[in-house]
Amino acid sequence: MEKILANRAIGGWLMALPLVVVLVLFLVLPIILIVVVSFWQATEFSIIPAFVWENYEFLFGSPVTYRVFLNTFKYAAITWALTLGIGFTVAYFLAFHIRTQTWQIALFLLCTIPFWTSNIIRMISWIPFLGRNGIANSALMSWGVIDAPLEWLLFSDFAVILAFVHLYTLFMVVPIFNTMMRIDKSLIEAARDAGASGVQILWNVIIPLTKPGIMIGTIFVVTLVMGDFITVRFMSGSQSANVGRLISNDISLLAYPSAAATAVILLLTVLIVIGILLRFVDIRKEL
Amino acid sequence: MTTAKADLELVSVTKRYGKTVAVNAVSHHFRPGSYTCLLGPSGCGKSSTLRMIAGHESVSDGSILLGARDISNLPPAKRGTAMMFQNYALFPHLSVTENVAFSLKMKGVDAPTRRKAAGEMLELVDLTPLGDRLPDQLSGGQQQRVALARALITRPQVLLLDEPLSALDPFLRIRMRAELRKLQQELGISFLHVTHGQDEALALADEIVVMNNAVIEQAGPARQVFNAPRTEFVARFMGGHNVLALTEGHFAIRTDAIGLAPATAGKLDAQITAVEYQGTHVSVTARTIGDQDVTALVAERAFFEHPNNPGDRVGLTWEDQDLHHLTT
Repeated sequence: MEKILANRAIGGWLMALPLVVVLVLFLVLPIILIVVVSFWQATEFSIIPAFVWENYEFLFGSPVTYRVFLNTFKYAAITWALTLGIGFTVAYFLAFHIRTQTWQIALFLLCTIPFWTSNIIRMISWIPFLGRNGIANSALMSWGVIDAPLEWLLFSDFAVILAFVHLYTLFMVVPIFNTMMRIDKSLIEAARDAGASGVQILWNVIIPLTKPGIMIGTIFVVTLVMGDFITVRFMSGSQSANVGRLISNDISLLAYPSAAATAVILLLTVLIVIGILLRFVDIRKEL
Repeated sequence: MTTAKADLELVSVTKRYGKTVAVNAVSHHFRPGSYTCLLGPSGCGKSSTLRMIAGHESVSDGSILLGARDISNLPPAKRGTAMMFQNYALFPHLSVTENVAFSLKMKGVDAPTRRKAAGEMLELVDLTPLGDRLPDQLSGGQQQRVALARALITRPQVLLLDEPLSALDPFLRIRMRAELRKLQQELGISFLHVTHGQDEALALADEIVVMNNAVIEQAGPARQVFNAPRTEFVARFMGGHNVLALTEGHFAIRTDAIGLAPATAGKLDAQITAVEYQGTHVSVTARTIGDQDVTALVAERAFFEHPNNPGDRVGLTWEDQDLHHLTT
């Protein structure tokens, strides 16, 4: 026994064992299960274990799939652009314009306050605000900006994107703020010493050095938006669809094999997107 | 590379942070083309002074003149100064060449021209083969030379160095300081070097400016500041001195100007407390009647002709001309 423990290789494997067990049980096994089920056969009233490609054939044969995937990418792209814009600005302000650390921490915590409530509640609270007779419409009408209530405020793509941006901007702020705080302040002075203007410093020093943070935030936001279904359902009033809703509809119809096939394709799509993103920026130094 | 030589002058320059005064009405004239060291303990205001000259810290009061211009309120790049930062502050995402060419890029100089100019600068600091490396891939000494090249490419009239050698190991420090000195003489521009190491200042400087408590304690050529300290602070900070309280007042005397004699034969009686062999010299510490610690640096051969041990009573001797009266 002592001899076995003395062997360094075995000791290392033993130390890694708990994590391996957890990952295998809760990550690898479920994914394998989904892949297996995606090849099963399903009829209206039964699910038959099998190895057939019909779920995938149906998925790739349907024009709905392409439309929904495209819509998912659209949500991801627009949300990404907006959260990046807002997130970068907030992080920049916190990291470079707030002088004392106390205030930085205080304002940073302020950003996290919305996260003290659940996603669903934050989403639902938009409904009375954006509705036909909601606060936004009545305020705009009383100011005389509009004559009739705006219909597109709620249950529209606008509402979906608004909710996404609201929910996920913090996931952009945190990693960008984190990378910015690691930028040596003397680099900014050195740039100024070399005659760089504020915009030049931003473009030539801060943005290149913040890239890893931007990339981590991008991965968070893109994966969250692509995997989401509840926000789209609530905020579009069931009028728009993304891949998540496709899967949840299948599940509610007990069409598990079809849902599993869609999930596998979504997983692969997201992995490919992340793979492409990681080609651009090396995030290893951030981890 | 020739640059017009310009005098740098501080006119009662003051820096206040809230109620604390970091630099208190400092006035000094720096000779053009000289190597000057601002020397002092941490928190004495030397770094604030340098940063005000560089333009990275606003001047609360007073003016900074370079040539005939008042540069106190100009942005850093318009002053004719360039700064080399303590940790070099190289841009980690840019190659060595891009780092050196950074200021030219900011000015909108086209890529081939700035590559050529950066190449010339790298040649000056002997780094030509490393132009495509990233700063991370360089040693400390190489990084420092990149920082030097980056500062010099703006053709400054005054180069400001903020503790440039403190990040290097002792061996490299001695080599780099020789290179700094050589470079300054080649370029003929003023170097203003902040340090807290008196050995560094003595080795490098034409002129040493000793600062303490936000003011200049003493300024002058290196030999003068070392041999004739004006205040007790300067005497102790420069090292190699004893401060003696005699009936006529306080005096500084170099440790190697004190000799040992048999008890009662010297000017002051003392009991040896420690003997330390230092190779060429032996450092003998003794305590006098009035409980003053005095160190005598005795040449090795002289000491071992009449060796002493801790506990021995001896007399301390010196020439009166070696005593320097201290103001405080």
